Amino acid sequence: MTGNVDPTVVNLTVFVLAVFVGYFVIWGVTPALHTPLMSVTNAISSVIIVGAILAAGAPVLDFGSGLGAAGVALAAVNVFGGFLVTQRMLEMFKKKERKPKSGG
Amino acid sequence: MSANQVALWYLAASAFFILALKGLSHPESARRGNLFGMIGMAIAIVVTLALVARGNLGMIVLAIAIGGTIGAIVARRVEMTQMPELVAAMHSLVGMAAVLIAIAAVYNPSAFGIADPMPVGNRLELFIGSFVGAITFSGSVIAFGKLAGLGKHFRLFSSAPVVFQGQHLLNLLLALAMIGFGVWFFLSGKEGQWLPFIVMLAIAFVLGVLIIIPIGGADMPVVISMLNSYSGWAAAGIGFSLSNPMLIIAGALVGSSGAILSYIMCKAMNRSFFNVILGGFGAAEGAAAAGGEQRAVKSGSPEDAAYLMANADSVIIVPGYGLAVSRAQHAVKELTDKLIEKGVSVKYAVHPVAGRMPGHMNVLLAEAEVPYDLVFEMEDINSEFGTADVALVLGANDVVNPLALKPGSPIYGMPILDAYKAKTVIVNKRSMATGYAGLDNELFYMDRTMMVFGDAKKVVEEMVKAIH
Repeated sequence: MTGNVDPTVVNLTVFVLAVFVGYFVIWGVTPALHTPLMSVTNAISSVIIVGAILAAGAPVLDFGSGLGAAGVALAAVNVFGGFLVTQRMLEMFKKKERKPKSGG
Repeated sequence: MSANQVALWYLAASAFFILALKGLSHPESARRGNLFGMIGMAIAIVVTLALVARGNLGMIVLAIAIGGTIGAIVARRVEMTQMPELVAAMHSLVGMAAVLIAIAAVYNPSAFGIADPMPVGNRLELFIGSFVGAITFSGSVIAFGKLAGLGKHFRLFSSAPVVFQGQHLLNLLLALAMIGFGVWFFLSGKEGQWLPFIVMLAIAFVLGVLIIIPIGGADMPVVISMLNSYSGWAAAGIGFSLSNPMLIIAGALVGSSGAILSYIMCKAMNRSFFNVILGGFGAAEGAAAAGGEQRAVKSGSPEDAAYLMANADSVIIVPGYGLAVSRAQHAVKELTDKLIEKGVSVKYAVHPVAGRMPGHMNVLLAEAEVPYDLVFEMEDINSEFGTADVALVLGANDVVNPLALKPGSPIYGMPILDAYKAKTVIVNKRSMATGYAGLDNELFYMDRTMMVFGDAKKVVEEMVKAIH
């Protein structure tokens, strides 16, 4: 290749490969855990909080950084809520000690 | 930190996200997977905080603290039956956050390291990210309302499909208009960019509402999966416009996850994706039951049913959403324990669309402490109904309807749990009303079937009492 590759093309490469990774990894998820899968992907997609932090962190406080801060708060609900509720669900799937048979 | 260092940290975070999903392949590794996800997220947030100007750091940390506290409280308090509502609400937040970021980027591109005035390429990506985000937001709000049963208060939230003449044409025209304004936006300069951008966003918000309202309550599992997918694509779109590979990777993972779940749900209902999206299904909910002659069924008491099960060798329980509605999970778990004590083999058969979102029934059973190794997916257990002594159907209807095997019936081809093959079938229902599909169920009229009418929780509790 000659010349510089446009960043968008690099991004597209990353995107397509990530879709393939996602495809294969997700088919490996056991159907019993599809609800936790959904809540954890929810938490993961809130990584857009990164974009909101950048907007909020602009050197001057203005309309843009205000929107950013609002975005940070919204995404933070998901980050914490998503991972914690997933955790809560997965705890339920923990293997329990079978209760020893009681007298009845 | 140099840009390269930041990029490498983001790469690490992306790898953790992949590991998080990989962990979900088994209940034993899932908790570690979730931990990986948290680590990835922590890296992403801390590294980004280190990047931004110190002056605003306080405001950002405060925003994280407020949002995080709300999230943590909700995560702790939510009932497992409300999981679909919660997930829908969270999708809407991702969508809204994407929209806010997009507006901020149009307002001040330099905050994201984008050239000012913004190049056409970035505008195109921003357009895609923001309209997908807007549709995700308003669509998820409607889905939330439908799931939370707010239809009484506001008609758009009605769980029955909202359809009107020319709906699809309107949607198509709006979509075209939205794209038109999008093209205007990315061809415009720094002046004059706001009008097309705002109009485009407004149309996208309306479109999100219109896409979801015609979809009926029975199709909610597909809708949630679809919005899950959209929220991922919105994140990826924002990642493109900010040229941030971590966002692109995370978004692509989530997007494909949601797409696969939608596919699985559609297949489990034997519907094509477009058939669900175009909506209107389930409009005649329960209407078909009113017509037609009354057919005789055999009914029995919970005690009769308990007697049959206690003397069986093997029992397969088919839980449906009716069970969750009457909160009978814990009673069912008690019944299971008693039967196992009697030496009966007990298994659960879960249909992919049992519940209101993918895997919902599994979570509800896990909450009631039913060990997950007693719970089987449709493909794994269908061959065992033929040798089972009793199939106990609790609050499930369409997913055990043998009509699905009859060519020409409306649900022909839908994969079902073969409960009708069991030596005896015990069905608990509140009444003879039909399921979402509005069809009579042949299973109820078989000679080998005993109907036990009543609320699932009460009935199961009486069964438990009757077993000594």
